[in-house]
Amino acid sequence: MSEEREMALRVENVTMQFGGVVAVNNLSMDVPVGSITALIGPNGAGKTTAFNCITGVYEPTNGLVEFMGEPMVRNHPAGKMKKQYLGENADKYIDLKPISPTPDKITQLGIARTFQNIRLWKSMTVFDNVLTAKHMRARQNVFSATFRLSASEERRMRDETETLLAGQDLLQYKNDLATSLPYGLQRRLEIARALATQPRLLLLDEPAAGMNPQETQELADFIVKTRDEYKLTVFLIEHHMDLVMKISDYIYVIDFGSEIAQGVPGEVQNNQRVIDAYLGVVGDE
Amino acid sequence: MDTFLQNCLNGLSIGSIYALIAIGYTMVYGILRLINFAHGDIFMMAGYFMIICMTDLMIPWYISIIIVIAATIVLGVVIEKVAYKPLRDAPRMSIMISAIGVSYLLENLATYIFSAQPKSYPYDKMGFLSRRVTLGNISTTLVTFITPVLTVAIVLGLVVLIRKTKIGMAMRAVSRDFETSQLMGVRINAVISFTFVIGSGLAALGSVLYFIPRSSVYPLAGSLPGLKCFVAAVFGGIGSIPGALVGGFLIGLSETFVKGSATLSQFSDVITFLLLIVVLLVKPTGLFGEKIKEKV
Amino acid sequence: MTKRAKKTSSIIALAVIAALIVCVGQFVPRSGSQWSNLRTVLQLGVIYALVAVSMNLCNGFTGLFSLGQAGFMTLGAYAYAILTIPVADRPGVYYLYGVAGWLSNLHLPIVVALLVAGLMAAALAAIIGAPVLKLKSDYLAIATLGFAEVVRIVVASSPLNLITNGSLGLTKIPGFSSYYGIFIVAVVCIVIVVLLINSSYGRAFKAIRDDEIAAEAMGINLARHKQMSFIISSFFAGIGGALMAMYMGAVSSTTFTIAVTYFILLIVVIGGMGSITGSIISALLVIAAREWWLRPLDQAQYIGSFQVPLLKAGFRMVVFSIILMAVVLFFRKGIMGDKEFDWDVVANFFRRLFHGKKPKTPAVGGDAE
Repeated sequence: MSEEREMALRVENVTMQFGGVVAVNNLSMDVPVGSITALIGPNGAGKTTAFNCITGVYEPTNGLVEFMGEPMVRNHPAGKMKKQYLGENADKYIDLKPISPTPDKITQLGIARTFQNIRLWKSMTVFDNVLTAKHMRARQNVFSATFRLSASEERRMRDETETLLAGQDLLQYKNDLATSLPYGLQRRLEIARALATQPRLLLLDEPAAGMNPQETQELADFIVKTRDEYKLTVFLIEHHMDLVMKISDYIYVIDFGSEIAQGVPGEVQNNQRVIDAYLGVVGDE
Repeated sequence: MDTFLQNCLNGLSIGSIYALIAIGYTMVYGILRLINFAHGDIFMMAGYFMIICMTDLMIPWYISIIIVIAATIVLGVVIEKVAYKPLRDAPRMSIMISAIGVSYLLENLATYIFSAQPKSYPYDKMGFLSRRVTLGNISTTLVTFITPVLTVAIVLGLVVLIRKTKIGMAMRAVSRDFETSQLMGVRINAVISFTFVIGSGLAALGSVLYFIPRSSVYPLAGSLPGLKCFVAAVFGGIGSIPGALVGGFLIGLSETFVKGSATLSQFSDVITFLLLIVVLLVKPTGLFGEKIKEKV
Repeated sequence: MTKRAKKTSSIIALAVIAALIVCVGQFVPRSGSQWSNLRTVLQLGVIYALVAVSMNLCNGFTGLFSLGQAGFMTLGAYAYAILTIPVADRPGVYYLYGVAGWLSNLHLPIVVALLVAGLMAAALAAIIGAPVLKLKSDYLAIATLGFAEVVRIVVASSPLNLITNGSLGLTKIPGFSSYYGIFIVAVVCIVIVVLLINSSYGRAFKAIRDDEIAAEAMGINLARHKQMSFIISSFFAGIGGALMAMYMGAVSSTTFTIAVTYFILLIVVIGGMGSITGSIISALLVIAAREWWLRPLDQAQYIGSFQVPLLKAGFRMVVFSIILMAVVLFFRKGIMGDKEFDWDVVANFFRRLFHGKKPKTPAVGGDAE
């Protein structure tokens, strides 16, 4: 059972409510260390919102997120939300102090992410995009960096960037503008950039978006290879069923913000509720 | 008590003038998301137009006002067509920089044409407006009294325009979602021009009311009032016309009362700006404004 | 061009420029000839170059639309002036209000006073930065503009009469005895900014400008880095203000108006937001145009006995403003865009000029000849 394995990420009763709309409803997920876990669901189901709650972009209205066993994000309905709250478990975390880190803190702890609409830094080269992600962990301050007193750190960051790019097969583009790369390579670059922050958990937001079947296949192999090589845990949101079914160890399915199914790929594929959610329920008229 | 009421009346009066100008800022921001840095200078140019009409051309005041409003409207619309329209698809900073460029140009143009020395405003020709009116124990000039009344009437008219007319609906649509409005066939250029017509026209009116009790106009005369009027627009909630009115009143009142105090009077503008900072930090959308969220 | 060739070219070019400046300093008369304007243009130009670079750091490289430059320049100018006006001259300068006791004999060497000027501007930036930098770009612009006005008003306000001489302003402000002093200070400051931009922190600033959500997701603390950029930019704006006070010998609360901030912004835009070399080139060109080349437009000019219309005082600034608007509307990227000076571009230009061929590029794809 999953209790025996160490959890990289534990999402517990997370609810996200905007005004009167509940975008994510009491979601609970376990992501074991070293696994590839997926969160799928039709468009608008709340997948990216869930991601944003985990990465600190949004503060969840209620719930707990644990990373490597330690509470990382926690909140309970407060202020106006106390009255408006439409979700469950409103009292579960009410006595506990809210924890609300900013995204950069969460990245420091070891979680890195990519974005649904690629967010590379447009004015920078491929090399600089990855190099800049190394800034967070560099041992320097603004004076030592400006006056070149931490030159060894700079050299270390550059060497590590070279290695990363070589590992992702992007080294030949290193001096090109990031946006000059073809779409598929830009996605790989975004992943390389995320890896530069030395994460233990990698969150991928629709990595296969806009790809054809062959590219998706390559991406699938690439994700597995990356997970093995960098000893990561991977948690991905996806829409492309083939990618998810091929590489995931475990899948959570949500629709309208709530979980509707979970299991290994075989189970989920044949789950009637999942099929209905994706295809729409037939014969309503 | 009488000083208090006197200050209230003066505050509301100057506040109404600020409101008239603030409406221009708020409407343009609502539609184009642009802080029209040149608005204060348009107000200044209207002052000069009045001087030309009345002092140089000896046109009676009731016709001059109409000419001045018309000329200012033309100026505002021309600026929009030449300096803002070409940059509509450009990043936001570009159009703001263009507005700054126009402001800079207008100030230099005024200095060149009229010289940097203040020119005297022909208030004596409208002497009757300076006639004193007495209400109970408060005595004030006619123009001070008329201004708030006039302004409130105008704002009411504008609100009706926005709510009940087709062009008003078009303006609301454009300020809500620019691209979709275009796709839905709203004639964007007409809507934008109309916005500038109203904004500039009101600025001209505000200019007449503002400069009457002041004896002169100089090229930088629009700079500080322009800034204060933008503060008023932010107070009330940028994009909201009734908000601009309330914001104008608030700024006018606060400024008048502070100026009345002996110790703080030189800091009246400082207090206005500090109020702005506080509002921006505490409730950035102002009293009547709306939030805009960014999608991640 | 190889990296070594580029480095050598840069060193030679800088040496030539330095030599030219020395020539101007030594041989060009202070007044009288047309060329005296060159002395002025170089000194004033390099001061504006420093201020433009400081504004570019904040606005162009980090994407923070701050319009508070004039306020920081005022603070820096006053701090410098107060600490360096010769003690003997002070009673004369402060003739109306007198000097504060603790201030009357406090005198610092020029370089130290310059540092203090920068530090005071930086301190103000640190105080207002935390709340203000959270604002959306349009509001940040207005908030910083407002703060600059607050500084101007407070500095001339009566409670500070004994320190700042209130609305009278300060005069008899000393400067370097050598013509080159201002150049050295400005160049050192600009070099520091260049080092910063090319460091890890510079990259973090650019990441914030290009996409701050991604920057935050990659571990860059937005608040801290934005404040850093703002404070450093203000530090150098303060030094720029001090240099201006030094150059003019006098300063008052009306020296650095909102129009000055607009002027610097326009210099940065013309040079290219995000290009240091652009800001420097633009500052020198703009100052040369405003102070020298366009000056004839301010006086009546005659062709034979025909008086050319329109030319009178103030026309220069109108023409200047129109040129600025033209750049803003038609050449939005400015002279350099967001690129720095690159010898490859120069080399390619000459190659095309003399050989009429396509420029040499590292072999990617075939040669189209």
